[in-house]
Parts: sequence; C-alpha cells; structure tokens
Amino acid sequence: MCLGIPGRITATRLDEGLPAGTVDFGGVRREVCLAYVPEAVVGDYVIVHVGFAISIVDAEEARRTYEALKEMSQLDELEWMREAADAGLAGMGGAP
Amino acid sequence: MKFLSEYRDANVARALVSRIRAEASREWVLMEVCGGQTHTIVRQGLGDLLEGAVEMIHGPGCPVCVTPIEQIDKAVHLAARPDVIFTSFGDMLRVPGSECDLLQVRARGGRVQVVYSPLDALELARKHPEAQVVFFAVGFETTAPANAMAVWRARELGVANFSVLVSHVTVPPAMIALLESPDNRVQGFLAAGHVCTVMGWTEYEPIAERYRVPIVVTGFEPVDILEGIHLAVRQLEAGRHEVVNQYARSVRRTGNRGAQDLVARVFTLVDRKWRGIGEIPASGLGLREEFADYDAERRFGLAGIHADESPLCHAGDVLRGRMKPPACPAFGIACTPEHPLGAPMVSTEGACAAYYHSGRYRAALPLEV
Repeated sequence: MCLGIPGRITATRLDEGLPAGTVDFGGVRREVCLAYVPEAVVGDYVIVHVGFAISIVDAEEARRTYEALKEMSQLDELEWMREAADAGLAGMGGAP
Repeated sequence: MKFLSEYRDANVARALVSRIRAEASREWVLMEVCGGQTHTIVRQGLGDLLEGAVEMIHGPGCPVCVTPIEQIDKAVHLAARPDVIFTSFGDMLRVPGSECDLLQVRARGGRVQVVYSPLDALELARKHPEAQVVFFAVGFETTAPANAMAVWRARELGVANFSVLVSHVTVPPAMIALLESPDNRVQGFLAAGHVCTVMGWTEYEPIAERYRVPIVVTGFEPVDILEGIHLAVRQLEAGRHEVVNQYARSVRRTGNRGAQDLVARVFTLVDRKWRGIGEIPASGLGLREEFADYDAERRFGLAGIHADESPLCHAGDVLRGRMKPPACPAFGIACTPEHPLGAPMVSTEGACAAYYHSGRYRAALPLEV
C-alpha cells in the first residue's frame, strides 16, 4: 500500500488554507493535497499516495510508472478513489 | 518466466539477470521490505530466474499484513457501534480479526466507509456532525504524512467528532529486529522506494555500517528490482556495505522534509506489536500527548482489547523469512484470498496472496526446505 500513483496537476488552489490541486490519473480526476510539494505547479507530474503528492517526477517517468502499475494490477488505490467518490467525498477535508 | 517475457523491458531485465548470475560467486540472501516489490518479485518469477545466485526473502513490507490482530479487533468493535462511522483504506476491510472482519461488520449494518485519503474521512466527519467518525490510521512512513495531516487539520478546523485508531509502523526498527535475531540469514536489503521518498535514507546508514549489510533504495518495477539486486550483489562480492540509491528518480538522501516535519509534530515513536513478529521497541508511531483528544483508543476506552493470532497461521514465519508461503500447511487449503487466516493472504502486496495469485505455488513447492 506504499505505492503511489503518478498523475498530472491540472489546477491548483488553496482549500481553507491548505495547498490543493486537481490531479488527472489516466482520465480519473481527483482532489489532491499539495502541502508536501509546495513548489509544484499546473502541468507538473506528481507521485500521489492516499491523496497526497509526495514527490515531483518527470512526464516520462510518470507514464512509465503508470503503465507498470497497470501491468502489475497495482492500481487498487484508484478503486478506493471511486468508492470515496461514490460516497460524495471530494477529499480535501471538505467544508460541511 | 512467462511474465517476464511479456514485460516491456524484458531484454533489459534478461541482461541484468545474466549479469547478476555471472557476478555472484555464491548464493546471497537478500530481503525486500516492500509489499510492492514482493508483488513484482513473485509475479515476475524473479526468484526462479536468480536461483543459485540470489535468494529473495520477502520481509514484513506490507503494513496491512503487520497490523496486529488486536488492532483489527478494536476496529471491528468501533465499526459495530451505532454512533460510529468507521473509515479505512480499502485493503484493511478483509483482514481477519479474532471473530470477523470489517466487511462482515458492514454486512451486519455497521457503517464502514472506504476512503482514498484520510482527508476524505475528515470531510465525512464534517458532513456528519451527529456521528463519531473514526479513521484507521495504518501504514509505513509513506502514509504517515497523510494521516498526520488529517489529525493536524482536525485540530486546526475544530472537528471534534473525528478520531484515529493508530497502528503506524516504521521500517528501520523491523530491519534491526530481523538482523539481531539469532537465526538471521539476511545479508543485504532492498529498501522501499516510496518509504524513502518521504524519509530519505540517512537512517539506513548506521544500520548498513553496524550490521555490515548493503542496503539499496529500490523502486518496484521488475527492472528496478533487478538493478537493486545487482547493486547489492556487487557490494557483497566486494565486501562492501553501503547505502546506495537505485530509485534516484523519486528519492533524495534527505527525503521530503515538509512531510517529515508534520509527522514529527503529530506523532511520536512508540513500541508497537507487529502481527506475526511481536512487539518491537520504538517501531511504531503514536499520537503525541497534545493530540490525545483525537486518539480513538482513549476516546472509546479500547485499552482492554487484547487478542492472540490463530495458531494455524504461520504469517510470522513468512514475514520473518523463515518460511515461503507455499510451505505453510494452511496455504491454499485452509487459507485462501477468499477465506484468509492471516493478513499476508489478504493484501495484494502480502507474500501469501502474491504467491497464490501468481499460481507460482505449484512450481515453488519442491524448492521448499
């Protein structure tokens, strides 16, 4: 469960003071906390683990890693994303 | 072999296998401590390809698998409470407790919600002020920054109906415990790439020095792992024992400082039980006293819950590298992914499930001692 999924940042914002952004994971989009990669900007590829970007990687690395995860059936976290989304959770702590 | 031949980088992988085999003057024993690496090694059959040159022991690299049974029982207890919405990463739901798992609690009407991020759980708490929302905070150092942030934000935003059931573990103390055990066979380690993305590798340097074992920070793709093994074998052949970084595209020596800082503000080192292994001193993270209000164990008075593991399950021997999963009498018979006895059969990153799903157990059986 320590694997991270690479994705591309498509938007950034502050969510009640917390650096946040939208990240595209091979077509699935989701809110991600960017507090641990404060230098990240729109267009950057990041490794995302349980909703938090933990490092910035280059585009080629992101593509390779995503393909490798797919080949190894290691995209469980995308399934959790769907379950959370089905429950109406966007994932930034969210205003009530 | 079948899988490796289908793999994109099959030629690179084959060249690395040849090089490792050519350089190894004897069979070296290496351990990976990362469930993602275990999954790759077993699924790609790397153990068979390297037979005679390297034996890979699959260490306690899956946080789901090392979560002690009594923490599962506490989770089950909380999830069954009518006032609680229990939230967890998806892979904890099928981990068997003493009597049942979280999925069964859900089937009986317990409110159990899978979340992707711990901040999903916090959001749920704010949407349901009438309920107590508990998040199952498990994981290695990779996950700790996310879980620390959820607690930090709960306090910052004043979300009083949110708490966490903490079962965090850290990798280096487990490596030390394995190295100090009298029957240790491990001569070198592959360290987990994403754990080190957060933590860096400075804490591995004294371990490599003191126990004279090479440690290679390694990614989780087949070529990464073969490169990591090669870097370890090269050191062993030369009598060296250093920490080197194979996974430079994600890991820096000092790791992610911002993430480490928040973890240190929210959590402190505690003694922690590892399923199948027992208590390892200072091997876990617990909430600091100033965050005690967010500790589900205190809020709901769970200190009295204790449990022992099934004697039929040899997860401890598997996690310590004393037994390969197919050698377990319960493997594939009393214990399957559908009806697991122990956590390593549940998680896709558990060694037992990795063997089971790859169908490698038939081939692996005759190799067992």
